[in-house]
Amino acid sequence: MEPTNIFDPNYFHKVVDCQWACPAHTPVPEYIRLIAQERYTEAYMLNWDSNVFPGVLGRTCDRPCEPACRRVRTEETPVAICRLKRVAADNKGDVTAFMPHVPSEKNGKRVALIGAGPASLAVARDLLPLGYEVHLFEQDEKGGGFMRSQIPAFRLPEEVLDEEVDRILDMGVHCHFGQEITSMKAMMDMNFDAYFVGTGAPRGRDLELKGREAVDKHIHIGIDWLSSVAFGHITEMKGKVIVMGGGNTAMDCCRTSLRMGAESVSVVVRSAFEVMKASEWEKDDAMREGIPIINNRPPKEFVHKDGKLQGIIFECVTPVKGEDGRLRYEPSGEPDVFIEADHVLMAIGQDNHCPWIERDLGIEFDKWDCPTLNEVTLQTTNPKVFFGGDSAFGPENIIWASAHAHRAAISIHLFCQGQDLITDRPPEGVNLISTKMGMHEWAYDAEHDDARRHIVPLVEKKSALTNIRVEVELGFDQVLASKEAQRCLNCDVQTVFTENLCIECDACVDICPMDCISFVANEEEESLRQQLTAPADNVDQDIYVSNVLPTTRVMVKDEDVCLHCGLCAERCPTNAWDMQRSIVHIPQLGSYAE
Amino acid sequence: MTFVAKPKVHHPKLPVNEIGLTRRDYEGSVSTLCAGCGHDSVSAAIVQACAELSLPPHRFAKVSGIGCSSKTPSYFLNKSHGFNSVHGRMPSVMTGSNLANRDLIGVGVSGDGDSASIGFGQFAHIVRRRINMLYLVDNNGTYGLTKGQFSATNDKGSTSKKGVPNLYEPIDLVSSALQIGASFVARSFSGDKKQLVPLIKAALMHKGMAFIDVISPCVAFNNHSGSTKSYEFVRDHIHNVMDADLIMAHKEVTADYAEGSREDVAMPDGSTLQLYKVDADYDPYDRVGALNYVQRMQEKGEVVTGLLYVDPNAVECHDIMDTVSQPLNELTEADLCPGSDTLEALNQRYR
Repeated sequence: MEPTNIFDPNYFHKVVDCQWACPAHTPVPEYIRLIAQERYTEAYMLNWDSNVFPGVLGRTCDRPCEPACRRVRTEETPVAICRLKRVAADNKGDVTAFMPHVPSEKNGKRVALIGAGPASLAVARDLLPLGYEVHLFEQDEKGGGFMRSQIPAFRLPEEVLDEEVDRILDMGVHCHFGQEITSMKAMMDMNFDAYFVGTGAPRGRDLELKGREAVDKHIHIGIDWLSSVAFGHITEMKGKVIVMGGGNTAMDCCRTSLRMGAESVSVVVRSAFEVMKASEWEKDDAMREGIPIINNRPPKEFVHKDGKLQGIIFECVTPVKGEDGRLRYEPSGEPDVFIEADHVLMAIGQDNHCPWIERDLGIEFDKWDCPTLNEVTLQTTNPKVFFGGDSAFGPENIIWASAHAHRAAISIHLFCQGQDLITDRPPEGVNLISTKMGMHEWAYDAEHDDARRHIVPLVEKKSALTNIRVEVELGFDQVLASKEAQRCLNCDVQTVFTENLCIECDACVDICPMDCISFVANEEEESLRQQLTAPADNVDQDIYVSNVLPTTRVMVKDEDVCLHCGLCAERCPTNAWDMQRSIVHIPQLGSYAE
Repeated sequence: MTFVAKPKVHHPKLPVNEIGLTRRDYEGSVSTLCAGCGHDSVSAAIVQACAELSLPPHRFAKVSGIGCSSKTPSYFLNKSHGFNSVHGRMPSVMTGSNLANRDLIGVGVSGDGDSASIGFGQFAHIVRRRINMLYLVDNNGTYGLTKGQFSATNDKGSTSKKGVPNLYEPIDLVSSALQIGASFVARSFSGDKKQLVPLIKAALMHKGMAFIDVISPCVAFNNHSGSTKSYEFVRDHIHNVMDADLIMAHKEVTADYAEGSREDVAMPDGSTLQLYKVDADYDPYDRVGALNYVQRMQEKGEVVTGLLYVDPNAVECHDIMDTVSQPLNELTEADLCPGSDTLEALNQRYR
């Protein structure tokens, strides 16, 4: 194998599994260290820089970072990264002084943002400090998009959302709220220099089934219903409720129904429990509130009498794993089941929907009604128009919206300044800084903590279920947060090896608790992975290969289960090993700011 | 010294041996020796050898004297019996331990000062008596604990860190052991675990006096360009003659050595000692030949390593003395007190 190029920004970035998995590449270990030091404001700002909505995300993020956490590989339970993010938001001080300066003198370019969801808001935040005049168009009376309309208040209190939305609006956004956007052409006639479409995936899917027409008034589209609840148009839900669907919207629908006074609520899912789209913790939360999740039941027919819904008949199926590893469903032979219902909430998916964009504006759409985009620049076939968030590639999560927004903002800036959107993009980079402070002193807490993941305290169930505005999770207090923060393995403090200092004494090999380090003859990657002290079977994780050493061997380190405990560096007599903090630079529009 | 505690968590795929333990279960406390000390590699090699042989840690008696080397029994086999004795007196304590309980696996760790200076007499006599044990010397040619004076194994002409040459002839412990009666004699290098671990395994299972001289560089005082016991010098002058490995009775025999260079020696306990001739002309059963060879190579400045001599049918001290077959603590009252009639008969013989 060729020696590893550790100056490739991606190499050590990949070692920081959480940051690599985060679409916005939030520097997780760094903000966890700040939380451990009770520097909540700094931790918040570090988050705000990369993901824009730490308070919201600390409660609602889809957490791609957590399954990626190295702890999953070393002892099963990941660090509660998302909960720690909330701790930073809950405990921060006044952040006003840290906000970017927005020049009063504008740069003469005007940008329209359509839809006031997380994607547009984040674009606004990135563009404003560079002097852009930013106009935000939204049909609702308030900003926030689906963070406001679809995430119930018991998961995301309104004041948390307001704070983070208003912080951006107060930077000088021209808001045009409460007017439905019906024509892109009309927007284009207003002659902005660039347009960003962040209108989400606003169309909830419906289900065409026997009897559907007759009971129309008892059937609600999940996301629309949640939105009506959020804006106070619906205040109660009486009778028996069936929620159809297995995603996070279904979980929000069922838990909301329970709080709106439903007599009984059940979630009925076509597929098996394991393959439901809802996050594990959202399923757990619903079940903890006593809501049954009934799986392997595709719906067959709405039963009604005198125009009133009686219930739904479901088929019974069994999942069978096919040769391709995917589940297929076969009739189980059991008789169909009838479940009584007065209301049905449909949460079976949502689609992009842009009927308001005329198809003669040079903006191409594919057969799924998604815009044709350059994946890097997020530019459409009309060079003035950019997309981001759910409206770009279909339903995702807020964290993806932030990530798209940073990319789109760079593109919009380059476009407005007449530069090339690809070749003039600022590059990624990496800095490595030694953490060695003395013979046995490191600028990070290297000690490994054996503790298991700490459980987040919840509000008492009775009060949670009677008031939709009572937030269910209380969040970690500072003591619990500090304990949980200790579990972070500091994966951004890298083991950096310097060949010409190594005397091949084996001290690092002997001390490494995880058998990560080997000195072996070099081979091709596949066979080299098998020659190590412990075979490096996880090919998703890189192996770090040095140049040839005096004994003609190479040092090979398997990054897979390294604890970043620094013992190799502690036991190295020549400092050939050093623990160096890697700081990955993900370009943001701020990279251009003076 | 190392201040970061070694985490208890281990590699998820760390192999479990036949008695359900992983290699980590054979470790000791974290070393307090200097970072990069060869002795730590030797301890790690002992840990690996014991784990691979699936030996029960609590059936070991580890004994040492004084010196950096003699601290190392703290760093392996935490759950075994141990005795850190007086300087140079490891052999006395080990002899006593072995005579009292012949079932314990004896591991004596000593250093070049402990065995070639203050304990040279003790060393000679335990070898001579052929106590069934592994006698391992961490040999760095220097007195590390007292800041780097030459030890008795330091080669003539080799210099101190400040460039002062050693004026005296060295004691070669391998030659002494060969001459006095060790039935398993090997030399190895702490920086070559591929050779050292199998040698330790073979030595642990050898019935009789097994002696291994391990050249183990002192990074603090004797790892410089004037030293003949530095990592660099040893690597440049190493001359391996014979690798050895021990395969337990029921294990598949596998090795990637050239055809014809391997010799399997059946051991009395049913295991197989595998010898791999690296130097085709070398005869590991010829004690006098080994002695000559080692001496000749030493004249040339070469460091001969590998299994230098083995007598697969060796006798040990208990055979020589025809002692009782059980450990003394297992003897019952009936064994120890044969009764008045026997005493009477015995007394009659002296009347």
